[in-house]
Amino acid sequence: MSRAIEFLFRRKGGKGWHWTDIVTWVWLIVGLFVMFGPAVWLTASSFKSPAALAEFPPTILPYVTQKVTVEGYDKPLDLYTVTLEDGSTATLAEVRRIGTVSQMVDPAKPAEIVKVNIAKRTPIRQMSFATENYTEPFTHFDFVRYLWNSVFVTVTATLITLVVNSMAAFALSKYEFRGRTFAMLLILATLMVPLSVIMVPLYSIVSALGLFNNLWGVILPTVATPTGVFILRQYMLTIPDELLDAARMDKASEWQIYWRIILPLTAPALAVLAIFSVVWRWNDFLWPLIVLSRKELYTLQVGLSIYSGELNVQWHFILAMTVVTMIPVVLVFLFLQRFITAGIAGTGLK
Amino acid sequence: MADVSRQTSQSQSGQSLGDIAMVPVRLAMGVIDAPLRWVQKTFGLGGMAAFFLLPNMLIFGIFVLLPFFINFAYSMTGGTALFLSDRSFVGADQYTRLFDCSNYLNPNTCAEDTFWTAVSNTGWFVILQVTLMIGVSLVTALILNRDLRARSFWRAVFFFPVLLSPVVVGLIWKWILQRQGLLNFGLFGFGFEPHVWLNDRNWAFAATIGVSIWAHMGFYTLIILAGLQAIPRDLYEAAEMDGTRAMRVFTRITLPLLMPNLLVVIVLVLIRAVQIFDEVYVLTGGGPGTSTLFVTQYIYETGFAAQLRNPGLAAAASILMGLVLVVLTLMQLGLSRSSEKKGARK
Repeated sequence: MSRAIEFLFRRKGGKGWHWTDIVTWVWLIVGLFVMFGPAVWLTASSFKSPAALAEFPPTILPYVTQKVTVEGYDKPLDLYTVTLEDGSTATLAEVRRIGTVSQMVDPAKPAEIVKVNIAKRTPIRQMSFATENYTEPFTHFDFVRYLWNSVFVTVTATLITLVVNSMAAFALSKYEFRGRTFAMLLILATLMVPLSVIMVPLYSIVSALGLFNNLWGVILPTVATPTGVFILRQYMLTIPDELLDAARMDKASEWQIYWRIILPLTAPALAVLAIFSVVWRWNDFLWPLIVLSRKELYTLQVGLSIYSGELNVQWHFILAMTVVTMIPVVLVFLFLQRFITAGIAGTGLK
Repeated sequence: MADVSRQTSQSQSGQSLGDIAMVPVRLAMGVIDAPLRWVQKTFGLGGMAAFFLLPNMLIFGIFVLLPFFINFAYSMTGGTALFLSDRSFVGADQYTRLFDCSNYLNPNTCAEDTFWTAVSNTGWFVILQVTLMIGVSLVTALILNRDLRARSFWRAVFFFPVLLSPVVVGLIWKWILQRQGLLNFGLFGFGFEPHVWLNDRNWAFAATIGVSIWAHMGFYTLIILAGLQAIPRDLYEAAEMDGTRAMRVFTRITLPLLMPNLLVVIVLVLIRAVQIFDEVYVLTGGGPGTSTLFVTQYIYETGFAAQLRNPGLAAAASILMGLVLVVLTLMQLGLSRSSEKKGARK
């Protein structure tokens, strides 16, 4: 451990510390906590019972007060360590509390009530992970449905995005035809038309096509992304035309050229677009919120926002569902992050 | 190409699961091939180009271009009907209504007061958020550009929230800023009373700025970092030999050479800030009152969520926002082109 720290802090060249070094390390360490902290805190909270969530000050790990069933009482009672008047300590269960006096019983002698000042007792706490926060939404809510809807939208939209955009990119990079510049400009221009500008008329078109309250109404407007066409076209331009000519000599059809030569060679760019598309579609919110008004069609994002906006927020379920919603993105972050960062640094597009 | 890959897959023992999964796809592609050969024979290469372009253009046309043009027609109609054909023409009434104001600086004097509240909120948001975002991202990029151990790890640290969904971002912070939340817990340690941050107009507004910076700064840091890494190293080496102070190196070398890149980033942040919606909608829902209501939420609520929908008014407002965005996007394209030219000259 100390060697790891020494490795991290050792300066290249072994020169002394400058004020910029101090700023650097303070910034990085604070950044580490500020960037990861909130998500970690949320995850830790998601394992707490509703009672533990309402506590202030909160604990980091999920603790609950130990309970015991005592003869003669319907509900399980909270267990406390009590300092008695003679100075000895005992483990007692609380029956009720009146002002600063707590009425307690010894679980072994349920008939005898002992009165104790509340300052003299401390609850016995044990760590307990409230996994029912995770399991219950799967049975009580339409959570499985939301999950399935999100997965369906993400996977379908990504597949269509890859096919449709790679076909367009192929045409725009490997064919000379009238109107090519116009088509490029048209695609470029759509960068200027974000959803927030066209959502009213887009809604009417989607409704006219019968796609309101339909997952396809969420999928179709998103699949022709200008970003996708650009990434793929830039990549295809680097594929030598001689390869295509050679295939044509061998009587390959244009479709075969696209499918057997261009697509396999564009695999790295397709992978980048696929990663982007999965993150985009999984995270989409405003458009699904508009198109989907029936509960059983909600995606995870819409379902979460609706449930968290209710008057009586069931935070223990919301937190757990949020963690589940984060999982795919965290996986992408852990394993595919460098493709995304390379893609952004290369194209400047998100 | 294909032959080589087939040989290697045969040399391995048996077929992999991926190959088996590809069988129906291969079949489908083969079946499509026959009619497409006919298309190619009949219409030539131009016909094939059209075929490849068609699906994309169709989707663009129906879901981007058509709504874009219909939007103008929409903004000139009134009533609550959804389809354009059922709506009555009202001319520029919706625009007149939006601009009906005796004092533009005081939303209460306007006919459509929520619109002007949203505009003024968005204005303040853009000014504050863009300034802070650029500052924070620039400092982070400068730090990541230093001789760091494990630089890719630290870059990833700041990039992490970028991937989170706006809903998740909103919920994470709603949870931290609530009464029993982490922030109050931290301040409690210093003897502060718990505070319900999101119920306070000013704190809620500050929270929208802070949260949106938290969520997106990693993205801009990455672009600025790419710009920093393009600055030739020998300039810094020369400065070091001359014993130039760090601050002076920054103002005389780093900043001027980074400027083209930085300008593009500023416009990019501006474009995003003007459209802010998702995180804020989940975090505050525009409240308390209308203190965090922004233009996109105004459009959404006027067009879809309000009791009395008014799609025409929403369309008019969205066109006004679109105008701002077009100006910003043209600026961005102009800037990135001029920075490319500069790069080419170098």
